[in-house]
Amino acid sequence: MSELGELRFKPLNFGRWVTWGFTAIVFVAAPQFFGSGFARALLAQMGIMSIFALSYNMLLGQTGLLSFGHAVYSGLGAYFAIHALALIGKGALVFPVSLLPLVGGTAGLMFGVLFGYLTTKRAGTTFAMISLGLGEMVFAASLMFPGFFGGEAGISGNRTAGGPFLGIAGLTFGPDIQVYYLIAAWTFACMIAMYALTHTPLGRIANAVRDNPERAEFIGYSAQRVRWIMMMLSGFFAGISGGLSAINLESVGSGALHALVSGGVLLAAFIGGVLLFFGPILGSVVFVFFAFALSEYTPAWHLYLGVFFVLLVMFAPGGLSSLILLNLRVAKSGRFRRLRDPYVGVLGTGLALAAGIALLIEMTYHVTLGIGTGSSVRVFGFPFDTARSESWVFAAAVAAASAIAFEYMRRRFMREWDAIAVEIEDWRRDNPEEDK
Amino acid sequence: MTSLALQLIDVRKRFGHTEIIRGVSLAIETGERHAIIGPNGAGKSTLFNLASGRFHADSGEILLNGTAITRRKPFEINRLGLARSFQITNIFQRLSVFENLRCAVLWSLGHRYSFWRNLNKLADAQARAEEMLERIGLKRRRNIQAGLLTYAEQRALEIGITIAGGANVILLDEPTAGMSRSESARAVALIREVTEGRTLVMVEHDMSVVFGLADRISVVVYGEVIASGRPEVIRADAKVKEAYLGQPAEAA
Repeated sequence: MSELGELRFKPLNFGRWVTWGFTAIVFVAAPQFFGSGFARALLAQMGIMSIFALSYNMLLGQTGLLSFGHAVYSGLGAYFAIHALALIGKGALVFPVSLLPLVGGTAGLMFGVLFGYLTTKRAGTTFAMISLGLGEMVFAASLMFPGFFGGEAGISGNRTAGGPFLGIAGLTFGPDIQVYYLIAAWTFACMIAMYALTHTPLGRIANAVRDNPERAEFIGYSAQRVRWIMMMLSGFFAGISGGLSAINLESVGSGALHALVSGGVLLAAFIGGVLLFFGPILGSVVFVFFAFALSEYTPAWHLYLGVFFVLLVMFAPGGLSSLILLNLRVAKSGRFRRLRDPYVGVLGTGLALAAGIALLIEMTYHVTLGIGTGSSVRVFGFPFDTARSESWVFAAAVAAASAIAFEYMRRRFMREWDAIAVEIEDWRRDNPEEDK
Repeated sequence: MTSLALQLIDVRKRFGHTEIIRGVSLAIETGERHAIIGPNGAGKSTLFNLASGRFHADSGEILLNGTAITRRKPFEINRLGLARSFQITNIFQRLSVFENLRCAVLWSLGHRYSFWRNLNKLADAQARAEEMLERIGLKRRRNIQAGLLTYAEQRALEIGITIAGGANVILLDEPTAGMSRSESARAVALIREVTEGRTLVMVEHDMSVVFGLADRISVVVYGEVIASGRPEVIRADAKVKEAYLGQPAEAA
């Protein structure tokens, strides 16, 4: 049996190398496929958000701490980094700009030490409420002390101030592409570090504390100490993401400490799924898509994000990552072909339904917010005249018809899906040895 | 004189206005198997909660291997060598069976809060957890989420987590509660085996388990120890018979 256990490890390690190698390739190659400045800015945001959401999930998914104030650590990290950058610009500090995220990380760590001590005695609602209060407190402080926080305008710096990286001419982090690669390198390193953390004694005991803090105390661990250390480390990585954001935007304002940021990271982590390590990365990609890409096209993006979030929590409470895993399980059992047609049906009608509803929402937004620009609005490239009832009837008809079709397809899909789930469970029960 | 593993001296505990533990003194010798019996609500589990630090006594003193632990926290008491199980299964639901056991051995092996070492390369923790898995008979269930185990399996895991850390004083709270006769017999064999060379204190209702396992028995009634001694002494004790009146047939 122990030999079997040994054998099992190798493919796993191999798989891990493949996964990380593939991730590295994606990081390196992504800007080649998305060449525009806007796309690169999006990619950079996705990287920064991934670190932030992973650090958040160290608390939520791994330690069972629901925080409503995680912006405190990223935001303060960003402020310390931008001050350091400003000092470098004045020549008062000699420090490589590429390592500025460490300044942010150290700040995040220090505030994790301080605030963690105050908040980690209890988990659950108590912790959540204190984290909310702390977040509000720090945000209020940012408006009270304009000297450090820069008031309305915030603090700015110049990321090329430190001169070329390692003395290589031209490598100043001025151009977008150079900043992208700096962020990508940090993101990759942080991902590996945080993943490694899940495979350490502390990481595993954090899971134990999440599941049952009382029992953890009876096997020798102080639940409070475990939560506290996890909070310091989480603060460290959140601070790194803040530092990267400071370099990326060359400016930090009190918005970085706002509850919206804390809420956003909670959404991102949940969208991706908090139970699997890579969940928050997926969630960050989706969140950044909504918050930075979709927001360019429609002021209704908050609404779309909200609807998407509600649907996801209702139908896939484990987030996108659990959806992927469930589908992989079906594929591994060789039953995915049976899902192909139901999937086509459900996705096709689902898209039509989404389009119909989006059309209604866009026209409504146009009428209520953008009336000054005429009655015509372009949706999906087509002009719709909100003054004519035909447009509304058309949109409502598309939405209603596709809603009926979607419900029919959804039921068909769920029947097949449930049947397959039962078959897989039966198979697993009969073949416990073959199931990894 | 033999050394004492666990000693309670005139321990009292009240909840609100009700005194639940009314001056209990107990001396448990190193290496003995000691059963605590008594009717429901007598305060047996409360005694365990006091000895393991879950609650703190209002007065009196509790000594573990001669060290005062009256005001210590559960994890401090555990590090001093006392481990306990729970009457209502208290495991790490979402972790696998193996991870439950590995977590239980980490502190005692000195890995503490380490976040710089790879868990899978800690050979000592790995080996201890595997060995424990074998001993509690859950090897086939190694990678199953603990929350999905059957009741009897969860009880076995409960005992496994308790003893895995190598504590020398083991407190088991109704380890066979709710088990069928055959499951209970297996549990008794397991308890006998894994507590070899250690001090065992157990709360138990099943008299066949108590008389089959215990070197000495203490009877707790209304927060007081009314008798303490060898099984045959307890069997013959008039006060015990009186306390168990109404159910004397199996009890004495």
